[in-house]
Amino acid sequence: MTDTIDRTDAVSAAPTEAEGYNFAYLDEQTKRMIRRAILKAIAVPGYQVPFGSREMPLPYGWGTGGIQVTAAIIGTDDTLKVIDQGADDTTNAVNIRRFFAKTAGVATTERTTEASIIQTRHRIPETPLTEDQVIVYQVPIPEPLRKLEPRELETRKMHALEEYGVMHVSLYEDIAKFGRITKSYDYPVRVNGRYVMAPSPIPKFDNPKMDRMPALQLFGAGREKRIYAVPPYSDVKSLDFDDHPFSIESWDENCALCGAADSYLDEVVTDDKGGRMYVCSDSDYCQQRRDAGHIGDGGDPDYVAGRAAAAGGAE
Amino acid sequence: MYVAVKGGERAIENSQKLLAEERRGDPAVPELNLEQISEQMTLAVDRVMTEGSLYDRSLAALAIKQARGDLQEAIFLLRAYRTTLPRFGASEPVDTSTMAVRRRISATYKDLPGGQVLGPSFDYTHRLLDFALAAGDNRPASEIADEPVDAGMPRVTEILDHEGLVEKEDPDPEDAPVFDLTRESPRYPADRSARLQNLARGDEGYVLALGYSTQRGYGGNHPFAGEIRMGEVAVEFAPEELGFPIEIGEITLTECQMINQFKGSATTPPQFTRGYGLTFGHCERKAMSMALVDRALRAREFGEPVDAPAQDEEFVMAHSDNVEASGFVQHLKLPHYVDFQAELVTVRALRRKFEDGDAEGSAVADAAE
Repeated sequence: MTDTIDRTDAVSAAPTEAEGYNFAYLDEQTKRMIRRAILKAIAVPGYQVPFGSREMPLPYGWGTGGIQVTAAIIGTDDTLKVIDQGADDTTNAVNIRRFFAKTAGVATTERTTEASIIQTRHRIPETPLTEDQVIVYQVPIPEPLRKLEPRELETRKMHALEEYGVMHVSLYEDIAKFGRITKSYDYPVRVNGRYVMAPSPIPKFDNPKMDRMPALQLFGAGREKRIYAVPPYSDVKSLDFDDHPFSIESWDENCALCGAADSYLDEVVTDDKGGRMYVCSDSDYCQQRRDAGHIGDGGDPDYVAGRAAAAGGAE
Repeated sequence: MYVAVKGGERAIENSQKLLAEERRGDPAVPELNLEQISEQMTLAVDRVMTEGSLYDRSLAALAIKQARGDLQEAIFLLRAYRTTLPRFGASEPVDTSTMAVRRRISATYKDLPGGQVLGPSFDYTHRLLDFALAAGDNRPASEIADEPVDAGMPRVTEILDHEGLVEKEDPDPEDAPVFDLTRESPRYPADRSARLQNLARGDEGYVLALGYSTQRGYGGNHPFAGEIRMGEVAVEFAPEELGFPIEIGEITLTECQMINQFKGSATTPPQFTRGYGLTFGHCERKAMSMALVDRALRAREFGEPVDAPAQDEEFVMAHSDNVEASGFVQHLKLPHYVDFQAELVTVRALRRKFEDGDAEGSAVADAAE
């Protein structure tokens, strides 16, 4: 069993499709333009750099920004991992991996630790990333203030003047209405004490992983034509209030497959009578734990109840 | 025991095989070839070339065939191909006053130099399904006119220009930079060239609806169809090594000049204003709609209030592209279960709090903690 995707299959299925295209699809001029935008983004953490986003052969909204960033930084000796919702085997992740296997012929992997570039949609892997890695986020709406102010003309001014009151008011309105901040994903962060930034629609569970992360974090929004970045070891603080500190999701259950109590869980509906179980959203993390001998309860509620009782109910 | 779903790759391959099968339809029916599409689905080809921003009939025909007749999908295919093509430079501006006109009508003058030339048009057809056509094409051959179309066919706006009745439109200086929407990200406020590029590539239905909205009072500008012309123009390009322009080909264009409500100021006597529309091929509805929206977007320039959707540059430009719009609307079918789970956790926690009678919202930590 190897974790590396068999690239020959993907290539032999369409032997000539990538012919006539440059390495990693984009031409070198375009890559240079994107690299310049990336460098600027790294120099001004959290600032959205406009770039001449190209029309990719995949639909807008499906990762064209992340794909362009990856295409601009990938080299022949890189190993690429692509995840969507934390998993390597979701159709869109499979499709983007196929795209790079076809156009760049690079090695791909499902193992977080083996990847030099990780392109992701909606998650940060549970396994901590290292200085040798780059994580590329696919971003649908790069502007954290967009839902509060639809006009680009205005939001650019607000960023320039560091005028983020409207964001705090919006979070406070949540508290007034619901008693808590109800934003559960794409939870706004402040980078390096300056720019308020959209972390992309990752669950807020993942926000703390961004703070002082050793890996370089790059964000690509193709349709909106923006690139931004968080350099390694930068401060990334989730917005909150002293009396309403930021907090993350947690579950009463553990992963039914690997028993993990510390990972983000997906809810899987097992029947039409309210039956459900929880499994790790990070498929590699789950697999690594299972390979190491950890096992979950398989979704047996009695097992959970029994164990919870044994643990004194303090789950 | 639950087993995590695997096999995305094979599912995708199988789905694509099915798609190819559906595209072909009943194998007993002869397969469409590109010449048939290019010759008999001409207006579909024209639309795909216009919104795909690539003038190539055979590639557009291929895109339509591959997209099973879904024109937005065909536009997407053509765009994705176009983006890989090298740029040799910008052509000389095309001169539509030298157009080999096949259709030219004006709604502002009964007769004018060059006359009204109906050309091929649906305009005065009775929209009756032609059941004879179902059995086969038995059209009468069109007759050749006794005299050719007038060579001198001045644009209607030039006729008005003589009297200074229409706002003057000076060409940009030769060396003025050409904004390229496909290479740069849009900036607001945008200049007119960026707006026109955006509208020319914009979805026909969207531009039509916006143009229509101006007629119904949302940013009205009292338009007259000064002129609509369709025909062939030469494209010239000046290669650096030659230093002078050479003709590299001929393209079909549809141009619409709308003449709109007049304006004046302390320094300018009252005069009509312009709205402009231009498309590849014969896309008359699109060209007219584009001209209406172009004029509406010039509201600020003329000191008019900007309060209707069609006058709102950022709104119009940010949502006109159907490749962008279609991608983002349809991305909703991608998995979102991580975000949905985050919402589930939040809503369940809020409901628990509600059931506990703590609805007035005192400070509480995450209920899931």
